[in-house]
Parts: sequence; C-alpha cells; structure tokens
Amino acid sequence: MTAISFGDALNRTLHDCMAADDSIIIAGEDIAGGAGIEDSDVELGGVFGVTRGLAARFGTGRVLDTPITESAFVGMGLGAAATGLRPVIEVMFCDFFGVCFDQLINQAAKMRFLSNDRIQLPLVIRTTMGAGDGSGAMHSQSLHALVASVPGLRVVCPATPADAAGLLKTSIASPDPVIFMEHKGLYGLTGPLREDEDGHIVPIPLGKGRYVRRGTDLTLVATGAMVQEAEKAADILAVRGMRCEIIDPRTISPLDMEILIESVAGTGRLLVVDEGAAFAGFADAVVSKISQKAFAFLKSAPVSLTPPHTPVPYGRALEAAYLPSHEKIVECALRHFSK
Amino acid sequence: MTSKKSGGKAQPSRRRNSKPALYDATDAELKEFYEQMLLIRRFEEKSGQMYGMGLIGGFCHLYIGQEAVAVGVQSALKDGDKVITSYRAHGHMLVAGSTAKSVLAELTGRIGGCSKGKGGSMHMFDPKNGFYGGHGIVGAQVSLGTGLGFANKYRKTDNVSVTYFGDGAANQGQVYESFNMAELWKLPVIFIIENNQYAMGTSVLRSSSEVELYKRGESFKIPGEQVDGMNVLAVRAAMDKAVEHCRSGKGPYILEMKTYRYRGHSMSDPAKYRTKEEVQKMKSERDCIDQIKELILDRGFMSEDDLKAIDKAVKAEVAEAATFAQESPEPPMSELYTDVLA
Ligand SMILES: Cc1ncc(C[n+]2csc(CCOP(=O)(O)OP(=O)(O)O)c2C)c(N)n1
Ligand SMILES: [Mg+2]
Repeated sequence: MTAISFGDALNRTLHDCMAADDSIIIAGEDIAGGAGIEDSDVELGGVFGVTRGLAARFGTGRVLDTPITESAFVGMGLGAAATGLRPVIEVMFCDFFGVCFDQLINQAAKMRFLSNDRIQLPLVIRTTMGAGDGSGAMHSQSLHALVASVPGLRVVCPATPADAAGLLKTSIASPDPVIFMEHKGLYGLTGPLREDEDGHIVPIPLGKGRYVRRGTDLTLVATGAMVQEAEKAADILAVRGMRCEIIDPRTISPLDMEILIESVAGTGRLLVVDEGAAFAGFADAVVSKISQKAFAFLKSAPVSLTPPHTPVPYGRALEAAYLPSHEKIVECALRHFSK
Repeated sequence: MTSKKSGGKAQPSRRRNSKPALYDATDAELKEFYEQMLLIRRFEEKSGQMYGMGLIGGFCHLYIGQEAVAVGVQSALKDGDKVITSYRAHGHMLVAGSTAKSVLAELTGRIGGCSKGKGGSMHMFDPKNGFYGGHGIVGAQVSLGTGLGFANKYRKTDNVSVTYFGDGAANQGQVYESFNMAELWKLPVIFIIENNQYAMGTSVLRSSSEVELYKRGESFKIPGEQVDGMNVLAVRAAMDKAVEHCRSGKGPYILEMKTYRYRGHSMSDPAKYRTKEEVQKMKSERDCIDQIKELILDRGFMSEDDLKAIDKAVKAEVAEAATFAQESPEPPMSELYTDVLA
C-alpha cells in the first residue's frame, strides 16, 4: 500500500488500462501538449498532468491532442464508442460542458435507449470541477447534478486516490457513458492505492457508496472535496459530543440509496454538504429522496449546506464565503441538530 | 516565422498582402500608439509581478507581445462601436478606455475593479466604453460579437462590432455558424483572429488543417486578410479597410493578425512547447514597441529623452494603479447576492 496522489492515481490507471486494452484511446486539449512531441520528450500531460507520459508510451495515434472543439471531439468519441472503441475524452473543465451539451444530454444519453440496447457506449468523459482556486465563474463550477439529472449517463465523483483509481478503472470498462468528475482541489491529495496481489488496481463498482466513518448522531453526506471538509467537521463535532457518520456516495448517478437509508435509519438526522447547485442540485436530490424513502427514521428535518444560488465569484474573500467549509458544517450541525 | 508556420504550403493568395499597406500616421498618432502599447506592456509586466507575489489568483493571461493588435484596431474605431474578446482581455480594455486602476483592481479581486472583483482577469466588462467582455469560454464571444453587430445594423447605425478571438478558438464550431449568419445578413462584424501561433501548448500547425486562418471565411464569402500584427501601422491600415467595408453595409470582414505572445499562455505555463530562441527572435526582431520607437526617432519629432519621459509617465500610471489595486477593499459579502438577476 504505497501512498500516491489523486492525480498520479488517475495517471497510473490510465497507463494500466491502455496497456491492457488497445481499444482505449485518449483525446482532449493539450493532454499530450507541447509542440512536436513526436520528436521531443516534452509532454504537458494535460493542465493537471493526469495524462502525463501516455503520448510518449502509447503514441499520438492513441493519445490525441485535439483542437479546441469540444462539441466535435466529444461527438467523435461517442461515435467511436458506438463501434466498440473505448475513448476516454478529457473536457478540461466541466464548465465547458456548455459547448458539448447536446452530445452529452441527447446523443450519449439516449443512444442506448433509442437503439434498443443494440449499441454499447463505452465512453468516459473525464472532467474537472470545483472552486477554491480563484478560477472564477467559468472554470469553477460543480455541475455533477446537472448531468446526473439526465437518464442514460453515469456520473462519478471520487474523493480519494484509491477511489479515483478504482472508479476510473470501472468507468473505462463500463458499457455506458460515464461522466467522471475530478475535483481540482484533490489532485495533490495523497493516500493509499488499493491493488490486488498481482499489483492490479482494485476496481470499485459504480453505484456503491462508502462509509467514511461510522457514527450514531448525524449522517453527513459529502462527495469530492467536501468529504475532507466533512471529516474535519466531524472531528470538531465529536469534541462537542456529536458523533457523525460520513457517507461518500462516490457515484452521483446511479445513487446508492441503500447506504443512505441504512445510515439515516441509524442516526435519524441528515446533513448533506455539496459544492453544487443550491437549487435542484445534488443536496436537494438526496434530501428529497431520504424524505420520501426514510421519513419514518428522521428525528428532525433534513438539512442541506451548499454555496448560495449565485455564480462562483473571483475575489478571495467572496470565494471563501461562497464555498461550504468545515466551519460552516460545524455551525450548521450545531444550529440544527443540537439536542 | 510565416514561411515555417504555413507548413510549406506556399499558395499565393490575392488577400495576403505581400507588401503590407502601412497607415500613414501623423506624429501625434505615432506618439499615441507608442504610449498605448507601452501602457499595456508595463501594465502586464506589473500584473505578472503581482501574480508572482500572490496578489492575483486563478488564471491570468498576459497580452505582452500582442500590443500592436489592440492598439491599432481600437484606433480605427469611433463612438458607438463595440468590442468583445476572450479572457486575454487586459490590453483591449485599456485601449477601449477602462482605467488601469479599474482593470488592475479587478485582477486583485477588489471592489474598485471594473467587475467589482467578482469576475477576475478572465471576466471583465466595461459596457460604457463599448467593451462587452472578456470571456472565459473559448469561442463564446464570437457569436456574441455577431449579435453586437446585428444590433448595430438593426438600429440602423453605421457602427461596427469588433470580435476578437485566438487561433485556437478559430476551431470552435460556433465561429463558423457565426460567419455564416454574419455574411448572410451582412452584419457589420470585424472578426479579428489574433494568431499568436499557440493555443496553450498546442501550435497552430498541430491543431489546424488550414493554418492560413484568414481563409477560414472563404466558403462563407467573407473577405479575409492576413496582417502583420506586430506592426501597429499595418494593423491600422487593414482595419481602415475592414471598417469601411462594414460601415458601408457590405457585411463582415476577417483580419488574421499574425502576432506572438512572449509570455506563457497563463501564469502557470512552463512554456516547454517552444524554444527560447523562437521567443527571443520575435522579441529582438519584431517587437511592436521597438518598431514604433525606431520610426519616431527616424522622423525626429521626439528625442530619446522625450520617449523616456513617456516611459516614466506610463510607469507612474501603472504604479498608481498597483497601489489602488492593493488598497481598494475586498467586496463586501453582500456582493455574493447582488447582480445575479435584475
Ligand atoms: C470551451 C473552452 N475550451 C477550452 C478552454 C481552455 N482554454 C483556455 S485558453 C485556451 C487556448 C486558446 O487559444 P487561442 O484561442 O489561440 O487564444 P490565446 O490564448 O492564444 O490568446 C484553452 C484551450 C476554454 N477556456 N474554453
Ligand atoms: Mg493563440
């Protein structure tokens, strides 16, 4: 069990998967990067370095730097996937989904349905999400719930290096289009990688949440970078006598309702913290589902903690005020759930 | 540079001026060009410095090297004309009339910034100067600029819309959707392609099947011209032609400005995709400020000392802006909830 960064875990998974299966191709902007990489070893490996070394190892026939044309290269990936190739397409920031939205919500999401299952779509769209680094309104959004609202897409939001690797491996093997959302703030996070005896990354099934920690008083639900905030908050709340259970669903769609209901059945209280939309977002979805399916277990009204319903601001203090944080989780938990 | 970048496809074209037309600037105009280009250069150097000090966060794309384009283009415009561009917007804003203070304070995220510190480097607006934004999504501004042109025509003014975008952006689909509408409806839009030869780490040669970007409008019947974007007088001369075409109701025009950015794509760019020699060659042989300086001294209407005085004044203006950008307060928390909807 060696410690590895979130970004390196993804990089390692891409290397392993590509080595094992030559139907996998990778495409995106600057994912190889650098002029004339054919005759030099200059390689950017994407703005966050996740695709580093792939072009050198597998060649530019399998690792393609695309023009800036998201609509067309996502569509191209989808078309290739429909024939059985396994494209892993990088959309640099999920904010750019706007440019390729038709390909995602109409073409990718509906082709299986409309072809009556005759067409498999082993397509992965890797993208980044999240605020906190001053990137402003159009490079900081968390649009996981937006895409999860469309049937026909799977949406994954890993929070640890092990989950990133295991979930990416499963996503690449999946016959469905998967939107794989990497929180920018997590790339440097280190943790163990889960490998089997042969050193292969252990795949993690889509649609299976995990207990980050067990507790009896309050269920905290968080994904992506919010998991760490929830953990910090739980430490503080423990000192105040509130034992939190933390659940990371890992996959937004399909959502592991079983683990959520199981937890709420034990604690009777629910606080969902999410970096996405304040209205009709992931937090609302979880609160709504639990209210409908586990109402009898609830001892008080479920609560969600999200950014305000406003675009991500640039100024440092404003952006900090925008984001949910462990302090805000503590404050919110004490306000709503103190006995 | 041109011969290398055209990939050996030496197709002569009517619209590629072999002997570029140069604008016949008066002494006063030359002086103004010099001042404006220098202001952008010093402003950007200061931005880079402040970014290094941690006073500016996120993304910050500098315009150093490309100054002649914004200055030459803006000089051909008149009141009521509209301008829109990408995230590499600082220079365009300064010449459109925004103060150095308001642009720099936006970069530091302060309330004195032109977007109250809420937008940052990539997202700045100053509509009173006809500036409709820096836009963070590559290519998005091209259809918006087409709409600015549409509005001018609808209102029966003879105003034009200047729509800037990069060589990388030139591959986005909506650029061509916009070209088609603009020509179809004869909209007064001047599409300025700032071809600085790179889109982040990807050179035009690696991203484009046709690297002569001024030809991209041919199948839409939009006239296009390639211009030496390192020479402000060439930029201005080409603009005069394009502006005349648009104002007289003949529809859109494409100008491909061959230019070069000296710095990385953004502040975090290791710039390993090109050689130091390539950058150095542009700086020493083609620099837009040096070229005008030489011309001024040749004409003899200003001395080295006069130019130094201008440099000093520009530096003072930028220093003052830097102080303002650090002293202006952070926006109050209430700003989170304002400006979202009317
Ligand atoms: C839709 C979209 N895709 C990708 C990006 C990321 N990105 C920002 S700038 C850039 C390169 C653009 O190059 P170019 O158009 O040549 O403009 P330059 O930066 O050279 O001024 C890329 C890929 C983005 N902001 N928006
Ligand atoms: Mg460029």
